[in-house]
Amino acid sequence: MTVQPFHRSQADLLPERAAPAATVGIVGWLSQNLFSSWANTAFSLISLYLLWLIIPTVISWAFIDANLAGDDRFACNGAGACWAWLDQRINQFLYGFYPSDQTWRVDIALVLLVPALAPLLFDGVPYARYLRWFSLAYPVIATFLLIGGFGLEGVSTHKFGGFMLNVTVGLAGIVLSLPIGIVLALGRRSRLPIIRMLSIGFIELVRGVPLITLLFVSNIILPIFLPPDVTFDALVRVIIMVSAFSSAYMAEVIRGGLQAIPRGQYEAAQALGLRYWQSMGLIILPQALKISIPGIVNTFIGLFKDTTLVIIIGLFDILGIGNAMVSNPDWLGLATEAYVFVALFFFITCFSMSRYSLHLEKRLDTEERR
Amino acid sequence: MAQLDAAETAGPGLGRLWTDERARGLLFQILVVLGLALFVAFIVSNTIANLQRAGLASGFGFLTDQAFFDINQKLIEYSSTSTFGRALIVGILNTILVSVMGVIAATLFGFSAGIIRLSPNWLLSRLVGAYVEITRNIPVLLQIIFWWSVLTGLPKVRDSLGLGDVMFLNNRGIRLPAPLLESGFEWVFAAFVIGVIATVLTSRWARKRQSLTGQTFPVGSIGLALIIGLPIIVYWIAGSPVGWDIPTPKRFNFQGGFNVTPELVALWFALSSYTGAFISEIVRAGILSVSKGQTEAASALGLRPRQTMRLVIIPQAMRVIIPPLTSQYLNLTKNSSLAIAIGYQDLVSIGGTILNQSGQALEVVGIWMVIYLSLSLLMSSFMNWYNKHIALVER
Repeated sequence: MTVQPFHRSQADLLPERAAPAATVGIVGWLSQNLFSSWANTAFSLISLYLLWLIIPTVISWAFIDANLAGDDRFACNGAGACWAWLDQRINQFLYGFYPSDQTWRVDIALVLLVPALAPLLFDGVPYARYLRWFSLAYPVIATFLLIGGFGLEGVSTHKFGGFMLNVTVGLAGIVLSLPIGIVLALGRRSRLPIIRMLSIGFIELVRGVPLITLLFVSNIILPIFLPPDVTFDALVRVIIMVSAFSSAYMAEVIRGGLQAIPRGQYEAAQALGLRYWQSMGLIILPQALKISIPGIVNTFIGLFKDTTLVIIIGLFDILGIGNAMVSNPDWLGLATEAYVFVALFFFITCFSMSRYSLHLEKRLDTEERR
Repeated sequence: MAQLDAAETAGPGLGRLWTDERARGLLFQILVVLGLALFVAFIVSNTIANLQRAGLASGFGFLTDQAFFDINQKLIEYSSTSTFGRALIVGILNTILVSVMGVIAATLFGFSAGIIRLSPNWLLSRLVGAYVEITRNIPVLLQIIFWWSVLTGLPKVRDSLGLGDVMFLNNRGIRLPAPLLESGFEWVFAAFVIGVIATVLTSRWARKRQSLTGQTFPVGSIGLALIIGLPIIVYWIAGSPVGWDIPTPKRFNFQGGFNVTPELVALWFALSSYTGAFISEIVRAGILSVSKGQTEAASALGLRPRQTMRLVIIPQAMRVIIPPLTSQYLNLTKNSSLAIAIGYQDLVSIGGTILNQSGQALEVVGIWMVIYLSLSLLMSSFMNWYNKHIALVER
């Protein structure tokens, strides 16, 4: 018996056959992702049924059957959502009681936020070096725009409200809590025992209690602690408390970043003869802050959602305006519409921020791997 | 070396305070302590002056005064003739009630949502993902108020929605049948305790036997039979010692059963779905953090998929999951203070009422902080103990 030599030329190969129809294209995708087993098929069918229940109902409630025009709730026929109040109230939801002829100032402050944030959040922004100076100046500019001065009509902070109040408190909170958080995080890792104990005490105390109790402190306790002739603006008190609260969380995020920096970096800084603040400012913090950015953004999302708590001490943010409208006789019982509308604002802002932080995490991850 | 040089060149005297690292640190700390002491002295002197001017006596004597307000959600005996102190205890118990209920529901919801999001079924994982994203990107306070407005918008008592004539839904809450424990029930409870103890002992024995001989023992199903089966058998033997007080509609309200207020349901539901959404992300990240090599190694050893999940993946994932899970539990407990927005009478809400009636602001706020701090401490030390218990034992 002779052994056939196992030699074949290219020409002898059989032609390639197409993949089975059940594994490619839409059919393949469906059978792999939705109908791969009996259980999966059942789950897919249940999900489809749920979607079929939810989506048409929501769309017809919010859009098709909705009433758009009218002066009060009686103008709505009740078949779908009643959006008639939007026309009257949208400015209140956005600006609170800010004078209506001055709301352009709020708009400008919001538009200026884009060039102020862009160089901090994204790489490759043109003129980033000059824009960073603008970012530093932005809090001052925005404060003047909102409160007035330098020829602008003065607006009392009592008039602040609606979504603009949420954004103001949130931004002021992050601007103040970031530096305080850095100091606290450094203090917690300090070699000086008293500094370390004080930092730990502050961080743990603040993280252990709900924000509401701190807001009550600002409302009730602060006047007891201060001389009788000293009074603080309500908005300033809220901002102080919110920043104190989130600075403790910020400190923990930054501490995580500091701990992730290898020891060699600290030792190298020391070997170069740098002093404590020099080594922190030039070597450690730039690296630690960079890897903590996703955590910082997440803390900010939490802080921003917590700005709704100001309604408990009597400020009218967007949720407070919604509550007020729901109990107004003209619009009584439109709770779902009002709260869905408010929820939409928070969802859009918070969801985009969390996507941004996810994107950053991915980018940092690949940088490390490289 | 550098430190020595600096100390030598600086020589004696004041200059050393700036050049010697240790001396500088000491000086800095003394300055901080002095500053803090001055700040505290300023606050204390202001407080004393302010309290004297307002004619308020400080101290906790007010806790024994009569509270003239009523509480509708209470776990212990309370009426408007009880003391402020008792009212506070009712509030603490309400906070603990909603926190414990919330933690349990959030854990169940979070773990199932986290696992479903990893399922190969594209549609199902997207559907749950959408729910999670919506819930966690909307302020929890808004969700609490929203669910409360939905529940209080239900039909009036007269037009209650009945579920099989034993449960009723209306704008005053959910009325459920109340279990009436008759004599003999203590035997059922005793059987339950015995079942738990027997399961613990069996699992210890089984673990020892497995490490000695390699033989496995079905602890899970035997334990389940002991914990659930034993009480059921005793329940039948003792002659079903549980009666049901079923609510019956009367003209203005229901008779019998017990009522769960819409405040409690709204708070519980909103807190657990909000926290559950965060937990699902933590669980998902934890499971994804276990490398694929572990799954492959487990199947190379001949473990089945379910065994792989239970013995290899989950124990490793739990190490990643527990620390952030702890902080979610703490967040839920703290967020339960938002109850004040809808009038669920928790610690903060009752404290606020006491504060308004007695004017003892400092004391009430102090009590709030101490209680929340101790709750946090209690919960985190338990979770730290559990974390240490399951931590990786490295060589």
